[in-house]
Amino acid sequence: MAETPVAVSGGWAPVAAGLLGTLVVAAALLDGALAGRAAGARSRMGRPVGEVARLLRQRRRTTVAADRLLWRVGGAGLLGMALMIVTVVPLGRWTLFDLAVGVVWVNALDVLAWAFVWLTGWGANSAYAMIGGYRFLAHGLAYELPLMFALVAPAVAASSLRVGEVAAAQQGLWFVVWMPVAFVVYCLGVVAIAVWGPFSPALGRDVAGGVTAELSGVDRLLFLAGRYALLAAGAAFAVPMFLGGGGGPLLPAWAWVLVKATVLLAGLVWLRRRVPALRPDMFMEVGWLVLLPAVLLQDLLVAVIVIGG
Amino acid sequence: MTVRTVLLVAAALISVGLYGALSQQVVVMVMMGLELMLNGLILAVAGLWWFCAPDPSGQVLLLVILAAMTVEMAMGFAVATSLHRIRRSDLTDTAADLSG
Amino acid sequence: MLAHLVFWGLAVVAVLAGVAVFVVNSMARASYSLALSFIAVGLQVLLLQQLYVGVLVILMMVMEMAIMAVYMNMFMGMNPAMMSMNMVHGARHALPVSVGVFLLLAAGALFAPWPSRRGSPPADVTAALGTELMGPKMLTMATVGVVMAATIVSGVVLAAHRTRYDRLGDDLRRPRAADPQPGGVSR
Repeated sequence: MAETPVAVSGGWAPVAAGLLGTLVVAAALLDGALAGRAAGARSRMGRPVGEVARLLRQRRRTTVAADRLLWRVGGAGLLGMALMIVTVVPLGRWTLFDLAVGVVWVNALDVLAWAFVWLTGWGANSAYAMIGGYRFLAHGLAYELPLMFALVAPAVAASSLRVGEVAAAQQGLWFVVWMPVAFVVYCLGVVAIAVWGPFSPALGRDVAGGVTAELSGVDRLLFLAGRYALLAAGAAFAVPMFLGGGGGPLLPAWAWVLVKATVLLAGLVWLRRRVPALRPDMFMEVGWLVLLPAVLLQDLLVAVIVIGG
Repeated sequence: MTVRTVLLVAAALISVGLYGALSQQVVVMVMMGLELMLNGLILAVAGLWWFCAPDPSGQVLLLVILAAMTVEMAMGFAVATSLHRIRRSDLTDTAADLSG
Repeated sequence: MLAHLVFWGLAVVAVLAGVAVFVVNSMARASYSLALSFIAVGLQVLLLQQLYVGVLVILMMVMEMAIMAVYMNMFMGMNPAMMSMNMVHGARHALPVSVGVFLLLAAGALFAPWPSRRGSPPADVTAALGTELMGPKMLTMATVGVVMAATIVSGVVLAAHRTRYDRLGDDLRRPRAADPQPGGVSR
């Protein structure tokens, strides 16, 4: 039994934020490189850097009768969500916030995506942005319940809602091995809250960029960075939940957490150009008739094994 | 933070919610008033539990309140949708058929 | 001391956001101020050491308010521009009644002889709640479950305008349902 992580003082929060930022930059560079390869160029790894510089200098676009307050709250919210999620992710022996209900905490935070993405679409007072917001909510209705029940499985197996104890319960066998359905649905949920890959119709080209249609300058930068940050935070949270926490040979625990998170993050970034977009109207039935029963069966299986074993 | 201050804040939330539930014309706004009252109730029950009788069974009441809120919300939206479909209106005054 | 300051800060936020629900001129702002009020109360419940319930309040209410905003815009057809939406009836009575209720409740809260604490909180509040629900209070949980199922059914009955006869024909023998919106698993 590995020792459960100890909470460190809040002074370490900037370090956690820095680590998250590093993952974000790495993900953006990787996405740039993949985009370059898809376009046939030799390498476009520097493209995200140029884009950041461009957005920092760009003047804000204004629209008529926009709801500025809600617009800005929505745009900056995704980044805040990601930062709050990583507070409960233990890095080896340390954690920032050793909350007894850490799993529910992350669940409550991922629901905030509903509010923030929709508000970003709503605030601009633009038809296309608003359509994007509604598309995201339609996706949300389909992915949210399976995601919740996917988070239930590791908590049941570890008999704890404390993230550190869930990680410690995987000494012998990683949860991903015997709850693959829950893991896949969880990854789908992470991709969804980051409005990424298959869930990008909310930002679709057919609606002129959807939620991001009227975003410009720093606001756009914050929103895009927030998407990468959510992807990174989701990958980091998968490590204690499904991928054995800091367990692994040779390297210290904290290094293993970072390695696993980076690998999963790279996988999620790569997925973007490999999976077709899921239409919200089609995905609704898939979510309720395929994903939800599948993940409920997974929970049942886990519960039976825990009680029997 | 004592039982008195917690209940005072809860009382404020309940009265603001009551004002909304009594005065609003739009069905969804009435629902928001009711939700705000239940919000105050959650705070009051949580405060009473912690300051007066923190035994395990008391928390169950909070979960029942949360369940009541979801029922209120789901039925409210269903009725509002039905009303809007039949009468093309979302005002409580147009649905006063049962008032004496 | 810090807990007291945080509590009062959250109290002010909760009540002001609650008032804002009925004051602001936009449906989106109204529903998200209600969400803010709920988040403040959820954090206060966290301060009162009921971690699970506190986080649950935040989770449920943000979700509900996201849906609420959609319904409000659907029924009222608004855009983000602020427009007056002062739609009240009987405000003449509502205000005094609610002020009276507040004074009554506040008097009760301040002057009732509240008992001192009986017993002490369990070491792990969340685990205690779980054991309680799955043990002595199982009946409550079972009842809530049935009520929820009934709510889902009656909600759909009230809100859906198409019946199975519209979908599958008068004798229910149509092989594929005729839906205006095809689903994703091609039933």
